[in-house]
Amino acid sequence: MAEALTLSLLIGISVGVSAGYLGSLMVLKKMALVGDALSHVALPGLALGILFNFNPFFGAFAFLFASAVIIWHLGRVTKLPFETIVGAMFTVALAVGILLIPEPDLLEALFGDITKVTILETVVAVVISVMAVLLTKMIYRKLVLGMISEELAISKGIDVSRTNLLYLVLVSLVVAVGIKIVGTLLVGFLVIVPAAAAKNVSADLSKYAVLSASFGTVSTCSGILFSSYLNLPTGPLVVFSGIIVFLATVLVKWKAE
Amino acid sequence: MCTGTMENNDDYVLNVSNLSVKLQNQTILDNVSFKLKRGTALAVLGPNGAGKTILFRALLNLVPYTGKIEWAEKVKIGYVPQNIAVDDIPISVKEFLSYKNHVNVESSLSPVRLSNKNVADKTLGVLSGGQLRRVLIAWALTDNPNVLLFDEPTTGVDHDTEEPIFATLSELKEKNKITILLITHDVHIVREYSDYLLALDGGVKFFGESKEIMNPSIQRIIYGETVCAGAPDENR
Repeated sequence: MAEALTLSLLIGISVGVSAGYLGSLMVLKKMALVGDALSHVALPGLALGILFNFNPFFGAFAFLFASAVIIWHLGRVTKLPFETIVGAMFTVALAVGILLIPEPDLLEALFGDITKVTILETVVAVVISVMAVLLTKMIYRKLVLGMISEELAISKGIDVSRTNLLYLVLVSLVVAVGIKIVGTLLVGFLVIVPAAAAKNVSADLSKYAVLSASFGTVSTCSGILFSSYLNLPTGPLVVFSGIIVFLATVLVKWKAE
Repeated sequence: MCTGTMENNDDYVLNVSNLSVKLQNQTILDNVSFKLKRGTALAVLGPNGAGKTILFRALLNLVPYTGKIEWAEKVKIGYVPQNIAVDDIPISVKEFLSYKNHVNVESSLSPVRLSNKNVADKTLGVLSGGQLRRVLIAWALTDNPNVLLFDEPTTGVDHDTEEPIFATLSELKEKNKITILLITHDVHIVREYSDYLLALDGGVKFFGESKEIMNPSIQRIIYGETVCAGAPDENR
């Protein structure tokens, strides 16, 4: 029991930090719902993992990675906003996933079950999260400059298109890991709400990114601990914890104004 | 497309020959040619859709083009875009300028007459139009450019705030011998702050000294026959 909780908390911290950190950019890029919809694209991958008896995480990641590349390419070619493309893809993926996933496993796919996490899955989650954060840190300024002015970024020699692709791939990785905690239906929360909360109380970018990661960690760890204590599903409790943090920042911002 | 360096000619910093830009099967710029002398200011004038910003993008190699663009040797270009999206990004002036490595924020803000303690900690989104323009100039200047491309310097800036911006540009031209290309709709700016004028409307309508803008026959070429003698904003 103690080991399971420790492993859960380790994943919770890793995912909270990485989802919060990457989500800080997602909110600035006005791609928050992309992060949410992207998680549903993982469902067919999860289904294939369950049906063919391999680790569903790898199936989820493979589908997310392929989708990230397709979304990036379609966005470049069609100039349609990412939200539109992701919106089209996620509904199809959700329908296919629900049809393919055996019913006993469907709830776990949709809402996650961190109590079943193994040591190997924990190590993979921590390694992926650390790598995602480090790589995002390396391209953070490039991404922000591209948001401020694509012309300015290109004139500084930044390959905006490739940088966006790398970022999308890293988000896919983090979303794939986050599915284990909160499932595909709620993982979007991890990349949206902690960043939105941080934005309410940040006046500079470095503080914003750190706060976003911190709020993500507080949400995941609080949810995991409450879940363990109350014997209730983890996903919804992570969301409720995070919403309390968000509402607190709304109050702080309101009082400041 | 052909971007290169000119044969050694100390007088000129830029030579554009037969430049044409086509985007999505539409010709935006057609057969544009001009030369720009070192240490001068060129105003690029024209109605909306005339190809002014596209010209800058071609000069910066941001769009495909045909023709020739030749810069002098050792040219370093600083670019100040017309529009940037900063309203929802909590980035302070200090952070923005530090995106250029090894930049001292105080010394980078002083050429644009922005007091460090008032501005450096503010987010870009709360700055006035004029302050934001000057921060963008400071950003462009951190690389010590000898050419500055300035897209619509007065966008979002009221008339009273234009003066410090153009005073800064004039100083940069006189003291630092920076060559300036600026896009504008404003004849007053053409007259007061530039040496040469390039009037565009898909192609070159006029290229010559800026004082010619006061010549009625030149105005008819630039603005068409329906304009009365006397340029718009003449009495500004």
